[in-house]
Amino acid sequence: MAATVAVIVAAVLGILAVGGYDTPRALAALWNGAFGSTYAVLSATLVRATPLLFVGLSVGLAFRAGVLNIGAEGQLLAGAATAVAVGLWVGGLPPLVALPMVLGAGAIAGAIWAGIAGFLKVRFGVLEVISTLMLNFVATSVVSWLIRGPLQEPTRIYPQTLELAPSVHMPTLIAGHRLHLGFPLAIVLAVTVWWFLTHTAAGFRVRVVGASVRAASSAGGVNTARTAALVFLASGALAGLGGASEATGVTFALYEGISPGYGYSAIAVALLARLHPLAIILTALLFGALEAGAAAMQRDANVPSVLAAVVEALIVLGVLAFNHARTRGQRA
Amino acid sequence: MSDSALTLHAIDKRFGAVQALSSASLEVRRGTLHAVLGENGAGKSTLMRIAFGMMRANGGTIAIGGAPTALTSSADAIARGLGMVHQHFTLVPAMTAAENIALGGHGLLNIRHVAARVQQLSEHTGLAVDPHARVDTLGVGAQQRVEILKALYSDAHTLILDEPTAVLTPRESDELFAWLRRFVASGGTAVLVTHKLQEAVAAADDVTVLRRGRCVHTSRAADVGIAVLVRAVTGDDASAPASAVTRAAGARGALVARLHGVSARDARGVERIRDASVECFAGEIIGLAGVEGSGVHELLRLLAGRLTPSAGTVNVPTAIGFVPEDRLRDAVIEEFTLTENVALRDAAGRTGRMHWSVLDVQTAGIMQRHDVRAPSPVARVGELSGGNQQKFVVGRELDKHPSLVVAENPVRGLDIRATEHVLRELVASAGAGAAVVVYSADIDELLPIAHRMLVVFAGRVHEVRVDRAAVASALVGAP
Repeated sequence: MAATVAVIVAAVLGILAVGGYDTPRALAALWNGAFGSTYAVLSATLVRATPLLFVGLSVGLAFRAGVLNIGAEGQLLAGAATAVAVGLWVGGLPPLVALPMVLGAGAIAGAIWAGIAGFLKVRFGVLEVISTLMLNFVATSVVSWLIRGPLQEPTRIYPQTLELAPSVHMPTLIAGHRLHLGFPLAIVLAVTVWWFLTHTAAGFRVRVVGASVRAASSAGGVNTARTAALVFLASGALAGLGGASEATGVTFALYEGISPGYGYSAIAVALLARLHPLAIILTALLFGALEAGAAAMQRDANVPSVLAAVVEALIVLGVLAFNHARTRGQRA
Repeated sequence: MSDSALTLHAIDKRFGAVQALSSASLEVRRGTLHAVLGENGAGKSTLMRIAFGMMRANGGTIAIGGAPTALTSSADAIARGLGMVHQHFTLVPAMTAAENIALGGHGLLNIRHVAARVQQLSEHTGLAVDPHARVDTLGVGAQQRVEILKALYSDAHTLILDEPTAVLTPRESDELFAWLRRFVASGGTAVLVTHKLQEAVAAADDVTVLRRGRCVHTSRAADVGIAVLVRAVTGDDASAPASAVTRAAGARGALVARLHGVSARDARGVERIRDASVECFAGEIIGLAGVEGSGVHELLRLLAGRLTPSAGTVNVPTAIGFVPEDRLRDAVIEEFTLTENVALRDAAGRTGRMHWSVLDVQTAGIMQRHDVRAPSPVARVGELSGGNQQKFVVGRELDKHPSLVVAENPVRGLDIRATEHVLRELVASAGAGAAVVVYSADIDELLPIAHRMLVVFAGRVHEVRVDRAAVASALVGAP
């Protein structure tokens, strides 16, 4: 963790210096945007961390089973689009009925979207790294079509849907702040995934298949294809639920750019946490703070917010290089 | 021009403390088929790899066509007219025959040009291959022809074939030998590495026998009888150390497992076991022998319920203890704890919660009963020595007293004490009423503990006397 912080600080300082920005002002904006006020924490950092936690768990669970699902972005979009479509339709129902329906629909949509890649893998041996990535682009295009076609708002001026009725809004936790129920829900899910992996037989099979397909089938008699297929569905459901949470808790409508690449950041979130579900809570918070701070830095100091993406990429490279060095060290 | 196509003189090769070759020499005359014979681990493959530049010798000299050479890579050897057909093919399945053949080339690639030359070469040599066929659509025999053409395409005049008939049907083998005879008759030279004595004597001009890294016999094939070669291959092994562990004189119990008329294919679809019938009885240890490629590994997996037969009936119990050869790949997960690896054993059937504290106690029991030296049940398996890892695997598999135990090379790489421990466990398991099947590449490990000996040769199972000479002859297909 100390190494990570060092990487972040070095990367941020390096980019600011090379770009010729007003470094002290930019750093102050970064800090204030993430932690500088109650508003920064409750309406920016934690709100940004929420979708990252859902998709981080999605990627983490898949990677633990050796399923290289890098399609959390597409599964999140499928979840968000379906949640909005269902939300517009059931908006008249009481919240206690409507909201669970909307969230459930989002999770199912994410599972189906991941299930396509799972089916292609089991039936035709298509590598999931490729199929899930391609399905991300398909999902982006489908969202573009939906908001200019069947789901476009009635005046047909803006490429977006109508706003969801308040009955299908995720309740906020603290009056006057954007922090919503999705955050504690994601925390509960993180603990659940951890408990599942460490304390249940099905979770143990997931870990076994992820560690060694040969040993799982030869010594344990585990049906590895079935385990991987189920993990595909569960992983997609987590990402889809993240999309539904974002649509009902933050955006309240579907439009292009509803996700600034949460599904890709999720890979960094999961890898940095070494795929440990409880550690994913911490890394999601870290990345949430980074993205909230970067947004503030763009507003207040004119530093492009892609800085956050650069830092995330450096962290992934750092983690991979570190792991590589560690495994080489073990062999030597 | 020298009369010698390939001369290896006084080759030494060490791997760590193991002397794989000591002063091994081989002279292959131009225009002949030369068979190199020997048991597993005799040094045949090592010698051929050195000849082909894949390995450097620690001592000795190599001459190709009479000219002394220092080979630093297989590209060197190819440039000097050698070609090698490996036992495990080195073709890219998704590419065509012509593309595979073009792989070793330099400069610009004109695939149509290559295909035309392959076609020409194929017609000229009589090796029927469609240059445009994808390799994964070809049968094993055709893939082998692609390998040979690949060598000939680079103008090889001397071919080294490593166990070429291991993957072939009898008819394909006959065709290969007929082709090799024509090849040497037209001035080519071939070195044939094989376990199979009879085919060597029938096809070869010269034979050389390696045993324990030394050349112990060289002669014209026509001048030597099978019996002499069998003795040369197996040696007079009165000096082999007697094992301290011996079978118990127990009565044969009930029938536990039965294979009847079973055939099976390996992962590549090659038929490895043909019409095999085996019966295993309680309290009895069956020693299983067979060279690499004979189908012995497939037979073990059939008995262990890990391989589905393509024909015949398999009746095996549900409680089977299986000790696979490659423990780190097939039996345990290194980065998991001992307890987790115990849980791995029946991971498929578990439901609900994992009761780790119960499993820890169970693991501690296995450690104690089977002498597994580890700091605790939550130590990682990767931290254990190889001997303790194997004692752990054996202990895990035997602890619940399965009615059938299948062990594949269970003492490979173990020191004497660990070896004795594992063999003692297998004997005790039979004594307690299990049917035990043990395969070992070293038949001297099997003879003292086996009640019966089965030998797999070319996919067929033969029962032989529990006797070194009988097993050694059956291993190489001698009558």
